[in-house]
Formats: sequence, structure tokens, C-alpha cells
Amino acid sequence: MSAPKHIRTPLARVLGRGAARSGTEHFWHQRLTAVANIPLTIAAMIILISLLGRNQAAVAQILGSPAVTVIMLLFILSITVHMRIGMAVIIEDYVHDESAKLTLLMANTFFTFAVGLTAVYGILKLSFGL
Amino acid sequence: MADTRSLEARTAAERPLSPHLQIYRPMLTMMMSIAHRITGAANYFGTLLIAWWLLAAASPNGYARFQWFAGSWIGRLILFGYTWSVIHHMLGGIRHLIWDTGRGFGASEREWLAAANLIGSIGITVVLWIFVLLTMGGS
Repeated sequence: MSAPKHIRTPLARVLGRGAARSGTEHFWHQRLTAVANIPLTIAAMIILISLLGRNQAAVAQILGSPAVTVIMLLFILSITVHMRIGMAVIIEDYVHDESAKLTLLMANTFFTFAVGLTAVYGILKLSFGL
Repeated sequence: MADTRSLEARTAAERPLSPHLQIYRPMLTMMMSIAHRITGAANYFGTLLIAWWLLAAASPNGYARFQWFAGSWIGRLILFGYTWSVIHHMLGGIRHLIWDTGRGFGASEREWLAAANLIGSIGITVVLWIFVLLTMGGS
């Protein structure tokens, strides 16, 4: 009898989730958000630049308008998901000490959520005029 | 005395190491790969500026502080660097998306894409800032 072609079970191959049990989810999300980031970043930069010379009242009014609010919310969501995966890859590449790596991966998640939610709070505050 | 180091630590030094970065001649494609990672990390911390800007916009005093920072020479420098970093990472990302389709791996294509990435990011950033400074009345 010949040796089996695969050591992995048929179920494992069908599920395709690999040794880390997460499959290609991060790979896919990184590309999905990369594509979304292109128009969203261009839009956010145009908004930022066109507001630089204006006073606070004008900036608050324009940033709080419905279209700009939605664009900025999508921008923040997409870039924070993208940068959390990216920084996790950098940490996993360079930090080999297990406890330091886990600490930094946690810090990465905390930072991403904190900065993302702060930005979202700022946008919603302007939009709802609170 | 017993060696308390792990088996990995004791045997690591005796194994031959594969060649690493320092033995290669620096090339543009290699530099652009490193730049993509560095700009990605810079953009990560640059989001703090975006969050500050959005949060500050709600109050006149808060926005005055942001504008003071954005108008100072160090603030200008940081914002200029951040814009370049974002644009460079975006063009680098487009390069990666092209590679994801299986295209652009030829020797001349790689060189061309790397050069376009660098020249494009610097060009767009400079044009953008000339526009910004002109429309702001050179303030």
C-alpha cells in the first residue's frame, strides 16, 4: 500500500484553516481594506486639505455634514482594521520572546481600538452637534 | 553545574545561519520594500493626528491648539512627512495589489514599479503641499 498523499485529515483540508486555525482571514481582510483604503484615503486627504485654511466653525460644520461624516467613518474603520493586521505582522516578525510578543499584540489591539473610537467619537460629536 | 538554558538556546549558536540583509547589495526594490513597512508603521501612529484633529474640531479652544501645532515648523514637518508616508504606502499598496494578480514580476517591471512608487509619492506630496500653501495664503 502506498503512503497517504496528505498527513492532514480530509476535514482539515476542506476547512482550509491551517495550523493557526484562522486560515486566510487576515490575508483577505488586509487586501479587502487595502482596496477600500485607496478611495477613502484620497477622499479623507482632500477633505483634510480643503479644511486646513478654514476656521473652527466652518471645519466643524463641514466635517459634521452627512456625506463627510459617512466618508470619515468608513475611512477610520477601514484604516484601523488594516493597520491592526499590519502592526501584528511587524510584531510577529521581529519580537520572538513569547511574553513580549503577546504583550505587544495586546497593546496593538488596545491602541487601534482607542485611536479608532476616539476618531469615531470626534466625528459623531460634530455630526450630531453635541 | 547543570546548564539551565533551554535546548533551543544551547544549540542555537552551533547552527549555521542563513544569509541576512547585510550581505546583499542595497537595491531599489529592496529599499522600497523596507520603506513600505516603515511608512505603514508611521501611518499607524499618524492616526493619532487624525484623531486629534477630529476631536479638536468640536471646540474653538481645542481647534486653536491644533492649528497652532499645524502652523508651527515642527507641525508642518510632521504633517508633510505624514502626507508623504500615506501617499507612499498607498502607491506601494497598489503595487502589491498588482502583484496579487500575478502581474509585474519581471525584472524590468519590478524596477519600473519601484521607481514609479518613489517618484510618484514625492511628486504628488510636493504638488499637494504647494497647493495647500498657496490656497492658505502662504500663512
